[in-house]
Amino acid sequence: MKYKLLNFIRQLALMLLVIWTVVSLVTLLIQLVPGDPATGILGETATEEQRANFNHHHGLDKPAFFFSYTNESGLVWNGADNQYVNYWIGVLHGDLGRSFKTDQPVLDMIVARYPATIKLALAAMVIAIGIAIPLGVFTGSRKNSLFDNFGSFVALLGISLPTFVIGPFLVYIFAVQLRWFSPIGSANPEDIVLPAFTLGAALSAILTRMIRSSVIEELGEDYVRTARAKGLSERTVLLKHVLKNGLIPVVTVLGLQLGVLLAGAIITEKIFSWQGLGLLLLEDGINKRDYRLVQGCVLVISVTYILANSLTDYIYKKLDPRIRLS
Amino acid sequence: MNRLFYIGIAIAAVFILAALFAPFIATHDVAAQDLSLRYASSSAVHWFGTDALGRDVFSRVVYGARISLEVGITVVVVSSIIGIVIGSVAGFYGGLIDKFLSGYLFNVFLAFPGLLLAIAVVAFLGAGLGKLILALCIIGWVGYARVMRGQVLKVREYDFVQAARALGASNMRILFTHIMPNAVQPLIVQASLGMAGAVISEASLSFLGLGIPPPAPSWGTMIEESRSFDILYNSPHVFLYPALAIALTVLAFNFIGDGLREYLDPKQRKR
Repeated sequence: MKYKLLNFIRQLALMLLVIWTVVSLVTLLIQLVPGDPATGILGETATEEQRANFNHHHGLDKPAFFFSYTNESGLVWNGADNQYVNYWIGVLHGDLGRSFKTDQPVLDMIVARYPATIKLALAAMVIAIGIAIPLGVFTGSRKNSLFDNFGSFVALLGISLPTFVIGPFLVYIFAVQLRWFSPIGSANPEDIVLPAFTLGAALSAILTRMIRSSVIEELGEDYVRTARAKGLSERTVLLKHVLKNGLIPVVTVLGLQLGVLLAGAIITEKIFSWQGLGLLLLEDGINKRDYRLVQGCVLVISVTYILANSLTDYIYKKLDPRIRLS
Repeated sequence: MNRLFYIGIAIAAVFILAALFAPFIATHDVAAQDLSLRYASSSAVHWFGTDALGRDVFSRVVYGARISLEVGITVVVVSSIIGIVIGSVAGFYGGLIDKFLSGYLFNVFLAFPGLLLAIAVVAFLGAGLGKLILALCIIGWVGYARVMRGQVLKVREYDFVQAARALGASNMRILFTHIMPNAVQPLIVQASLGMAGAVISEASLSFLGLGIPPPAPSWGTMIEESRSFDILYNSPHVFLYPALAIALTVLAFNFIGDGLREYLDPKQRKR
């Protein structure tokens, strides 16, 4: 018990340390911008006063970090009132600063767009599971058959095809040729189908491969022989016994992939003009040089990713006692 | 070796040759526009037709191979060298150094979703070939470092390492001449899959407009320029050929990686 608690605390500490580093990196990234953000936003024609006002309004007139180094004056201590500390104070108060472009709070902009991305990621996950479980069990239980080889090939194809190839390809078939769905937008409820398939394609391929090898492995276990000797039908053996044990590693992958989906949604959202966080980052953030917004989006996506991964790790250890002990 | 491995080698060879001899294979100048010939379909002159500006799609796909493989190879070489050095140091020295590297640094880099980190770096630095390669190396090295660390941990316990130590070899000599050559084998698999990953990442960033700026014929840019409803409806070939090129390249390196993994891991071969 004591050991367990210690382990939990250690993991929590590592997670917080990683989050601290990630937030710090994001905070400092803005210093990499060539030139200064004010010119990027206000244009070359802005007066010195306008630029100074802008920098003051967004706290960019403060020093970047605790200390700075220049050739003339060497290492200079800047004190605690610097951009790094101020951004952190904001983050801890739930304030990600104001957009350079629209002057809206960045957090509000993110909160308005995040649900669309989460909805898309969950839909993609549902589709991936719906494809992968039957296909994985079927190919795994008929190892090296024609169907297995074909299924495995399709799965490898799914991994190899990038999102931005699958997306337009699906648009071509289902929107251009068959006209079942509209090619872009999210006005109607069925508009989620194509984006979700696009985003879920790679995941369904990964899951199919995992479930297949997991089923193959489990089929060789003693309990399967026992179940068969009891006279259970092959179907019951597969669905009741093999699948149940074979799904444990799948749970981990799903957890890890939720983060990947949230991050990878950027490309899918661009293809289908899906008004989610990815499009916000890309079109309102990067394209308009709204660096404060870019910071906020990168921060929110990566922290979600870290939390999802840590939670999965934790659940996985609960699910499989073998891992807990080792 | 399974059949798919050889198919992968064959496809990869075609693209590598295309990239090497692009100036001899390409039938047109990649930037030459002919606005009277927009969206022409395949013909004897323009084998893959022309795009929105009347540029020859075949030549652009051929030169696209050059960009893809150039980025892919550079990223794999640079990030594997960084990964090998850091991973070896972590595995060989152990202790606090290992705790810091594998316990903390690896986790930080694994904590960022790969593509997002690359997007963030390019977003703040600006687009361009060099910055793109830098971004992909930053996300790429940790995979090699992890594999290498595990390998070094295993190899350093072998008898020949003890023998070298008994002979009075220095740490550096043991690490570089005895451990590393015996530990790098699984990294070949990683490199092959990493090649596929780098090709996809380059095209993804170019697709998002964050990679190599437009007149350059990157496959990702070509796909981005040709994926609108109208173009897909009227002249799907402009989309089809670059899409096919990237799919085949990635598939080839995945085939090679999978084949090598099975070959190196006899446990998987039986399945």
